Amino acid sequence: MIREPLIFEISDKGKRAFRLPKLDVPFRKDLLSGYPVREEVEGFPQVSEVEVVRHFTRLSQTNYAVDIGFYPLGSCTMKYNPKVNDRAASLEGFTAAHPLAPAELVQGCLEVLKRTEEYLCEIAGMDAFTLQPAAGAHGELLGLMLIRARLTEKGNPRRTVLIPDSAHGTNPSSAHISGYQVRVINSDQNGRIDLADLDRAMTDEVAALMVTNPNTLGVFETDIKKIAGLVHSRGGFLYMDGANLNALTGISRPGDMDVDVIHINLHKTFSTPHGGGGPGSGPVGVKKVLEPYLPCPVVGRKDGRFVLEGDRPKSIGRVHSFHGNFLVVVKALAYILTLGPEGLREMAEVAVLNSNYIRRSLEGLYHLKYETPTLHECVFSDKLQKEHGVANIDIAKRLIDYGVHPPTMSFPLIVPGALMIEPTETEPRRDLDLFIQAMTSIAREAAENPELLKSAPHTSFVRRLDETAAARNPVLKWTGSVKPPQAR
Amino acid sequence: MYPGDFFYTKDHEWVQVKGQEAVVGITDFAQKQLGDVVYVQVPEVGTKLGSHQTIGSIESVKAVSDVFSPVSGEVTAVNAELADSPELVNQDPQGKGWIIKLKLASPKELEALMKAGDYERFLEGLEK
Amino acid sequence: MSYISLSDRDKKEMLERIGVSSLEDLFRSVPDQVKLKRKLDLPPALTEPELLAWMGEMAGRNAYGGFLSFLGGGAYRHIIPVAVDHLSSRGEFVTPYTPYQPEISQGTLQVIFEFQTLVCQLAGMDVANASLYDGATASAEAVLMSNRLNNRTKILVARSLHPHYRRAIQTYTRNLGLELVEVGFTESGRLDAAGLKAKLDDRTAAVVCQSPNYFGVVEDFETIFGLAHGHQALSVAVVAEALSLGILEAPGRQGADIVAGEAQSFGLPLGFGGPYLGFMACAQGSVRQLPGRLAGLTSDLEGQRGFVLTLSTREQHIRREKATSNICTNQAWCALRATIFLETLGHDGLREMACQNIQKAHYALEQLTAVPGVKARFSGRPFNEFVLERPRKWAEADAALRKQNILAGVALEHDYPELKGCILVNVTEMHRREDIDRLAGALREALR
Repeated sequence: MIREPLIFEISDKGKRAFRLPKLDVPFRKDLLSGYPVREEVEGFPQVSEVEVVRHFTRLSQTNYAVDIGFYPLGSCTMKYNPKVNDRAASLEGFTAAHPLAPAELVQGCLEVLKRTEEYLCEIAGMDAFTLQPAAGAHGELLGLMLIRARLTEKGNPRRTVLIPDSAHGTNPSSAHISGYQVRVINSDQNGRIDLADLDRAMTDEVAALMVTNPNTLGVFETDIKKIAGLVHSRGGFLYMDGANLNALTGISRPGDMDVDVIHINLHKTFSTPHGGGGPGSGPVGVKKVLEPYLPCPVVGRKDGRFVLEGDRPKSIGRVHSFHGNFLVVVKALAYILTLGPEGLREMAEVAVLNSNYIRRSLEGLYHLKYETPTLHECVFSDKLQKEHGVANIDIAKRLIDYGVHPPTMSFPLIVPGALMIEPTETEPRRDLDLFIQAMTSIAREAAENPELLKSAPHTSFVRRLDETAAARNPVLKWTGSVKPPQAR
Repeated sequence: MYPGDFFYTKDHEWVQVKGQEAVVGITDFAQKQLGDVVYVQVPEVGTKLGSHQTIGSIESVKAVSDVFSPVSGEVTAVNAELADSPELVNQDPQGKGWIIKLKLASPKELEALMKAGDYERFLEGLEK
Repeated sequence: MSYISLSDRDKKEMLERIGVSSLEDLFRSVPDQVKLKRKLDLPPALTEPELLAWMGEMAGRNAYGGFLSFLGGGAYRHIIPVAVDHLSSRGEFVTPYTPYQPEISQGTLQVIFEFQTLVCQLAGMDVANASLYDGATASAEAVLMSNRLNNRTKILVARSLHPHYRRAIQTYTRNLGLELVEVGFTESGRLDAAGLKAKLDDRTAAVVCQSPNYFGVVEDFETIFGLAHGHQALSVAVVAEALSLGILEAPGRQGADIVAGEAQSFGLPLGFGGPYLGFMACAQGSVRQLPGRLAGLTSDLEGQRGFVLTLSTREQHIRREKATSNICTNQAWCALRATIFLETLGHDGLREMACQNIQKAHYALEQLTAVPGVKARFSGRPFNEFVLERPRKWAEADAALRKQNILAGVALEHDYPELKGCILVNVTEMHRREDIDRLAGALREALR
């Protein structure tokens, strides 16, 4: 395959890919003299249209994607992204709408926002939602800010946020940025929150417990009501990370578990495409008591019309330039409307079916640290393969040769050498079986030919890349030459 | 493997005393745990450190580990070579991969640290 | 409609393999007490044609599309070359995850590397990240980064910084012990340098200033940042209209230590405010405090060039509570669109587009201030926006314009009570001469 050069390497003066219409107002030559003008943008590319088109088409061909194949990336919910949702979000009435236009001229956008808020309230069992956060971590931060605002108003913001040891890395980071210390809560032998440890940690200086349910092991916190009761009895709030809501839609609602605040990842549960890392959307739902603190503006209804309420005295302010990632919200709403109540429940059921099918098929071949029943995902480890000197990363890279995206490995931290697998509901049986066969072959290869795994992938566009050299001598932009840093 | 004239901590730092001066680094065990070191964050010369206070951190591609000062004192030198060659920590952790030098504030603190034999037994315990 | 791919036989066989008799059995770990015992109360499922009809109806309720609009204020209507939509909608770009597996993500990674390079070139900085959410959060992240870099706690923020960005900075810093102090503007619309001088001290972590500022006025970064550096404070340049970088001097060459902003102008539609594209750039020496992902160059086992995400120890998935930011998902696909946009426009195209904005804004300013009773509020030089002081009869005039499907600009009174009666007018290359003349004519008529 052709190794695509950087655009800068094929750039040359005089090449054009685009022409602007001629200036149709009188040109004033003297105009620029009063500005701090630059002579040029040094190094900026100049190419032809065919070069641009081939450049990006060839680059796209070196990517793996959901449209190409199975993506069992735990906790990321890499489900199929329906094409009609993208079409809906590209309607000109949406794309051309200005965020500062008078409310009476953007009633359609406001209705999309309001309906999405209302549907998410019903799905999650909450009282109000805001759609401003642009991603899950953004939602976490906002959620904790709401809790802090409420506690501050009551006289003491408190000092600590409790986070289970199985949590995603954004949880402690969000807690820190909202001004809290983190106290880690241990998991018990079943992979659930250790109630005794929670009881010890839950003092009157604790603002909130952040729980992911089902947690990152795929295990449902069966004692969730008890946990909520404990946290509430000592004046704290229960925050739920909704990253794994795909396991529960139509089955069980966080609000009914006495959760006070939740963020939902529209780019996970509600199928908006990940786009190579974003944009996402991380709406936050709250119970009544926290509603006055939601960020502004809030979409309201007045005399049958939709309005934007800009000034609420207790609002924490803004966390986004405008109304959040609106076009992403359109896609999520399209998904909810397409699935309907039955489809949303079936989505959770089949996600859990697929996950358990894989789990049962791989049990014995890979070590399962926790044997507790799981819902939408399961976490194996490389413990059995370690005996042959093979680590989770080697298994992951070998999967690439089988045409499958590797599972998640960076967490949960309580499973060393984790292989976190989440198939989602949209996978065809054939792809599930191909994955199971691949994992079965790899288990055998690990025992018979560990080198094959350690040097994998063998069939990809590039071979295993030297991340150490990249980090020791960071080259983060093109500077006229592109010699890769060499390992020492 | 572990020089007899060094002192060791449970966090896998070592300290070598030369008169009033102490040299501090991380042990061979620690560098193996971390993997390929890509960056070492060091304090400024003149920083006053208490014992068990953070000196800085050592980073590999996918992990960060804080380094603690085994003893209290004032930083008199930092290993400038680590800026361009962090791999020295892997290649020679107990020699060229040293991290800081300190002017010892209280030599008595050394008594609380492990000798080489104690440290090796401590490591054996960890592996079990 | 659902997107399930299993047949009834598949389901049956899979349940058998698992060893349960029904789907319901798979949820035995969910206590009855928290199970939903009814159907979700949502509208019945729509088919594709029904969905598109409904969405079409919603989109049609936005009268905005048919208006001649001069609204800007941080969200700008610019040309988007057809290639941007075409290339960015490829499934290989739309549907991958974050490129944590570089061997099968070289496309996304090389695009990020090119994006980082383009931002560095435009901003005149050493290092740029792979994107942040938007201009408001990028500004807030820049403030937090300044505090990490110098441990100082007082932040001087220009009152002419986008009011929504200021509000986001307030929200982000409220719980972290940082003190925000506002610096006003003068009759030119530029930052009040004397006021800045008076407020700067050795506790000042950073001076945050936007150019072109919220009033569209180009600031004198060199003077402002020179003052900041006199107190070893950091200079944070905010750019909300990234197109301006095609012609105006790079903030990095005017003394900026951190450049943060909004790049929606590069190939992203207005989209009612999002998704947009936050960006951030800094000096090499500050890179370990930079938030967000970074792509870097390296080589593979066979010595071939390739790209990886790097310096990840700054990020939440490794450093957890000590991370530089909690950001995980960013705006990668928006950065892809910006990259395609910039490479299509190219050096000369970008410069020409930026120049046309200045020329047209001046033409509009002349035409509109020639209308009796209409005055320019500030004397400073505009890029593609300016503030007009409206005559007394404005309310009627506005209603008359609205009847002719014209939106003259953003009213400033809500965010700036001292600018009561003023509007912010945005003119880009998308406005033809007759559009500007139509606004001027309608205004003249309405005020007669």
